[in-house]
Amino acid sequence: MIQLKNIEKVYRTATIETVALNKVNLDIEKGEFVSIMGPSGCGKSTLLNIIGLLDEPSKGQVEIDGKQTNGLSDAQLASFRNQTLGFIFQSFHLINDLPVLDNVELPLLYRNVSSAERRRLASEALEKVGLSNRMKHYPNQLSGGQKQRVAIARAIVGQPEIILADEPTGNLDSNMGNEIMDILLTLNQRDKATIVMVTHDENMAKRTHRLIRLFDGSQVS
Amino acid sequence: MLFNYLKITLAVLKRRKFFTFISLFGISFTLTILVVTTAFFDHLVAAGYPEANRDNSLYVWNIKEKDTKNGGSSSGPVSFSFINTYIRTLKTPAKIAAVSMFNNLNIYLNNHKIKVMYRYTDANFWDVTSFEFLEGKSYTAQNIANNDYVVVINDHVRDQYVGKGQSAVGKMIEIDNVNYRIIGVVKGCPVTRLHTTSDLYFPYNTSKADLKKTSLRGDYIALILPNNPEDKLKLQEEFRAVAAKIKPTKTGDKWFNPDKIYVFADTYFVSFTRELKGSGDGDGSAFIISILIGIIFLFMSLPAINLVNINMSRIMERASEIGVRKAFGASSKRLVMQFVIENIILTFIGGFIALILSSLVIFYINQSDLIPYIDLSFNWKVFSIAILISLLFGLLSGVYPAWRMSKLQVVDALKY
Repeated sequence: MIQLKNIEKVYRTATIETVALNKVNLDIEKGEFVSIMGPSGCGKSTLLNIIGLLDEPSKGQVEIDGKQTNGLSDAQLASFRNQTLGFIFQSFHLINDLPVLDNVELPLLYRNVSSAERRRLASEALEKVGLSNRMKHYPNQLSGGQKQRVAIARAIVGQPEIILADEPTGNLDSNMGNEIMDILLTLNQRDKATIVMVTHDENMAKRTHRLIRLFDGSQVS
Repeated sequence: MLFNYLKITLAVLKRRKFFTFISLFGISFTLTILVVTTAFFDHLVAAGYPEANRDNSLYVWNIKEKDTKNGGSSSGPVSFSFINTYIRTLKTPAKIAAVSMFNNLNIYLNNHKIKVMYRYTDANFWDVTSFEFLEGKSYTAQNIANNDYVVVINDHVRDQYVGKGQSAVGKMIEIDNVNYRIIGVVKGCPVTRLHTTSDLYFPYNTSKADLKKTSLRGDYIALILPNNPEDKLKLQEEFRAVAAKIKPTKTGDKWFNPDKIYVFADTYFVSFTRELKGSGDGDGSAFIISILIGIIFLFMSLPAINLVNINMSRIMERASEIGVRKAFGASSKRLVMQFVIENIILTFIGGFIALILSSLVIFYINQSDLIPYIDLSFNWKVFSIAILISLLFGLLSGVYPAWRMSKLQVVDALKY
């Protein structure tokens, strides 16, 4: 499903060159739930961003669902992300100006989906995460756990094959964190979504199929 | 999609109230000033009561005599005899009227003094203008031939003299120890109608000045109304030929001895631009129009630059939103489109506010006594052009920052 070949990411300033990822090779199967762990600054988020086509590698190739992604245009990348990938961020990244339902609808805005159909799919997604009673609320009226559930609903509303979660429980207490993890596991088991999750939490990582460890930009297990 | 843009725009405008206020204030204030100023300019230049024929008329106002050797020049209105000699003799059929420059005098009505404006005119003056007679009529060539001491007054003087709505025709009015019979009452016109405004209009036979004096300069203006609008150019050409033959005044002065004359039959606007910026044969209209366009451009560019600035910081503030939208499938083109549409909506709201504001200001100016009889009208053409210019600025000010932000890597946008 996801194939990374010799991925390197180097950040350059006028004086310093920092290697964030060093020759990372990775294969993730369809339907797998993989967690990525490692100390802060080891390149976990960078790796996830490269998998999610949010960032470009300095070297190497990313292949998703059999499609080579290097060299795709801005519009092609946008369309590919829209159809195939769903994102969950540590700090939620909800649009505060829009109510919950509109936030969840967002990925569908960039597809040819009618307004009524968008509403229906977004309502269904919110039901899946147990937030159908908060559709008209604004993000700043919700708790951290609720915000993350909205973010999950947004990630799954377009039924992408791959969900990428960057420390989805990082800003939540352990109870909330477990709830979010339960939702992700359900998505993986019931909907067969492929999930790649960056986490600091060993317990969360243990609940996934496979753990990838990074250290100083290199894959150590 | 469009509805969604509208929704997010309104949400953003509602949430960032200060930014919204500054932007809308900039747009609506600029448009209002522009529309009111042009309404005023239009009022000054375009045809209107009592100069309904202004667009078809020609004006011979100033004559300039130049001493090309010593460099001196002298200019001023033409004389009554100049009009009789050089203008009334033109062969292209036209109605030619003579009207003096205005002067002021005090009249005493019911034991109180009022300062009024007066002019001398010929009988044709009433034919080339479109005064509305509230009562009575204008004086005729026959009145002038009979040396009748008659006067046409405006409603302002009438109201003070006999009372509002009372009849004044036939009554005598004493001015400078001379009795004049009121022959007609006209609806007054604003002071901005420079060649026709007055409180009292006397037939020229009552003037104490020597109208037969053959000097070129005097204090009259000739209003020329061709029989056909198409004759305007022909008249101008004919007068140009006549003017070329006029001999400059022999002053006998060694320092100023004019050898060249400049006098033209101009349209109303050009008669002013020639006065302001004309040099010799040049009428100065291109220069004045360029200056006016330049001022408008500068005036409009201030809020535009302001908008670019505001948009830049506003879009930076929404970098995270841009990141999220890109992550979920928005292309750079779509994002630019979203911000441009937001700007267009903002401009239209500003335009709508300006429409109300400028209508109110124009209504207030017309109703108040700031300039009596003024009749400014809302100029839709100017308003539409101003809205288009604002839209253009709105587009430019929105496109650039949005384009820059949309080029950001998603991961960088999400960091903001």
